[in-house]
Amino acid sequence: MAAKRGTDEMRDRVVLGEFGVRNVHTTDFPGNYPGYEDAWDQRRFEEAFRVEVIREEEGALEFDMVGIDAAIANAFRRILLAEVPTMAVEKVFVYNNTSIVQDEILAHRLGLIPIRADPRLFEYRNQGDEEGTEIDTLQFQLKIKCSRNPQAAKESSDPNELYFNHKVYSKHMTWVPLGNQTDLFPDADFRPVHDDILIALLRPGQEIDVLMHCVKGIGESWVLGQRKKCKDHAKFSPVATASYRLLPDITLLQPIEDEAAEMLQKCFSPGVIEIQNIKGKKVARVANARLDTFSREVFRHEGLKNLVRLARVRNHYIFSVESTGILPPDVLVSEAIKILMGKCQRFLNELDSVPME
Amino acid sequence: MAEEGERKAALETIQADGTDGNCVTFVLHDEDHTLGNSLRYMVMKNPDVEFCGYCITHPSESKINFRIQTRGAIPAVEPFRKGLNDLMGVCQHVLNTFERSMKEYRAQREEEMQ
Repeated sequence: MAAKRGTDEMRDRVVLGEFGVRNVHTTDFPGNYPGYEDAWDQRRFEEAFRVEVIREEEGALEFDMVGIDAAIANAFRRILLAEVPTMAVEKVFVYNNTSIVQDEILAHRLGLIPIRADPRLFEYRNQGDEEGTEIDTLQFQLKIKCSRNPQAAKESSDPNELYFNHKVYSKHMTWVPLGNQTDLFPDADFRPVHDDILIALLRPGQEIDVLMHCVKGIGESWVLGQRKKCKDHAKFSPVATASYRLLPDITLLQPIEDEAAEMLQKCFSPGVIEIQNIKGKKVARVANARLDTFSREVFRHEGLKNLVRLARVRNHYIFSVESTGILPPDVLVSEAIKILMGKCQRFLNELDSVPME
Repeated sequence: MAEEGERKAALETIQADGTDGNCVTFVLHDEDHTLGNSLRYMVMKNPDVEFCGYCITHPSESKINFRIQTRGAIPAVEPFRKGLNDLMGVCQHVLNTFERSMKEYRAQREEEMQ
């Protein structure tokens, strides 16, 4: 019985020791454990797998994926960060820039502004195509000039009073339809996601007049067919961040009472350990291990460190996806899963098209 | 993508002379840990596979060497194909489950609002 408990722990917990982490790697492959059925079984996977949405807010999503392995969860995370396409400013045609911000700095800043445009409506631009067509390019214009306010009070030193248009915001970017885009997107309102991103500061007489081309790209791209890694740019990443953590699992190996219980409660994040009053004695109990951030404070107390086992559940992932606003986070997760399917399909097609020797 | 001349194959195989297809190294172009690790996991779950591993040959090059060795007389292409199909199956199921859960969550929130 103890041996089975030991192997169960090895299979489904990642144990956090005082100085190191044990059982990190997935070991449940066929043949490793006698008596366990580890070969891939789609039906068993589907029975054990579940997704629970914990919280959905404006642009942020927290959900649990239970019953999947680290390799696949990590693949989804990597795709969310770097391979879901978005539209972002790529080429900036500077007609006039007399502001204090250099051309290239201005262009860099413009590229990082998230653009509210569904990338699924557009195609990738062909290699070497300088002009851009209406199916792969969005054009924006930023034309603004700062002037003095003749009605300002003589002694005023507040720039808001003295000047017009001295702050260039992202709301000053206007969409200029190309070709037949007005017919293709009759209701579309292409603009930056946020109106209040400060791009540059101007003073009277300075002006900025630029034309921007937005293209579809991904955070990291392999230029297909060229065997050359060509990083598009992190500006194309659709998420502010996407991360996951494993569900914590805290076990008290012995009953902990009185002052030890109080000290134990302080060692963990609030809400993790609760103190119950049983027959007049204060007894500690693990209330909600999920809230803990695993600072391992408990290992700094000699009296407590052997009474608690800190572990993580190996196949329970708590995902947190924050979108930059271009696409809602649940759409991003769906797109990421479809992109992984697309990768598999690509190689399956290769296998079928080329006769293997 | 142009078919002839310009397009390089995304998948190549390397096999030592004299062996009979049991141990093959697949070179997957334009891929990295994202597909490599997840595919390795699916292929390792196959009981016919004796060895499966992948490596990125050089960080500046976008290709991975994916090696499969089977026990018995099974050609190495079969676990590779099965691994890809299994991974597709996993993704499809994850997608369905996720979308269903999102629908249920939103429906539940609507009810609570009313």
